[in-house]
Amino acid sequence: MQVRLNGELREVPDGLTVAGLLAHLGVKAQRVAVELNETVITKGLYETQRIGQGDSVEIVAFVGGG
Amino acid sequence: MSEDTWSIGGHTFSSRLLVGTGKYRDFPTMQKALLASGAELVTVAVRRLDLSKKGAESLLEWIPKGMILLPNTAACFTADEAIRTARLGRELDMGDLVKLEVIGDKRTLFPDVEALVQAAAVLVKEGFTVLPYTSDDPVTARKLEDAGCAAVMPLGAPIGSGLGIRNPYSLRILMETVKVPVLVDAGVGTASDAAVAMELGAVAVLMNTAIAEARDPVLMAEAMRDAVGAGRKAFLAGRIPMKLHASASSPMTGLIGH
Repeated sequence: MQVRLNGELREVPDGLTVAGLLAHLGVKAQRVAVELNETVITKGLYETQRIGQGDSVEIVAFVGGG
Repeated sequence: MSEDTWSIGGHTFSSRLLVGTGKYRDFPTMQKALLASGAELVTVAVRRLDLSKKGAESLLEWIPKGMILLPNTAACFTADEAIRTARLGRELDMGDLVKLEVIGDKRTLFPDVEALVQAAAVLVKEGFTVLPYTSDDPVTARKLEDAGCAAVMPLGAPIGSGLGIRNPYSLRILMETVKVPVLVDAGVGTASDAAVAMELGAVAVLMNTAIAEARDPVLMAEAMRDAVGAGRKAFLAGRIPMKLHASASSPMTGLIGH
């Protein structure tokens, strides 16, 4: 399926959960926060929240800033 | 002097210097500067993860243990973007502090104060401890206080400009206007600027560029720590009034040859 990931269209396996997507991308869950269609998904929901075709996903982390 | 602390959002601090984590040439230098500053509260930004870089070094590993994070909403130009960014920052940090920025102009990075007040009201309702970066306008500061902000953080001068405290009178009026802590955020260029902010009665000073882009960031961090401490002590001690003419320090009587 196709999703919009950090602003870019990307092909990922069908029916992934948030946890599945992070594993697919090789991203450590404890270091990031995830927004699905402009709503934050809390870590407790990563295993159950599924991602669908056309969804918009943002994966963010802390960087240096003032 | 008994311990001089200040509190916000359930945290109590003895350091009155807050520092940023941006613009350092490398993480080891940043870490040394953070330690030298004595800061207990450090700002961080929330950005999209670079998915092309696997296992990129994490900023958090270089922030000394025990320092409390203050996620910002830097570079957000609408209330909605700032609110979403604050929520993501809370999910990353599991803390409720947020340095709220809603920028209204790219060139000056001056805040959009109308959107700032709107975003602050939403985030306060969601349980955030909101520290808004704002202009030095006392009326805006009062609106932010009324919206439930835990502090207000007026600028001394534009972000990263190093111009120092450009309008001390406006800052003084602002400090008289609100009851919440006032932190001067942005504009500091060197140690004397930080001391001026504290002498005016600021509860604390927040800076990033002045330390990160100094020739020797670690030494400047130490200078800022000392300046903030000195300025605070001078504020508490109470400065003498300014007079136009001299007032001799040595006795004017008992002089020889008279």
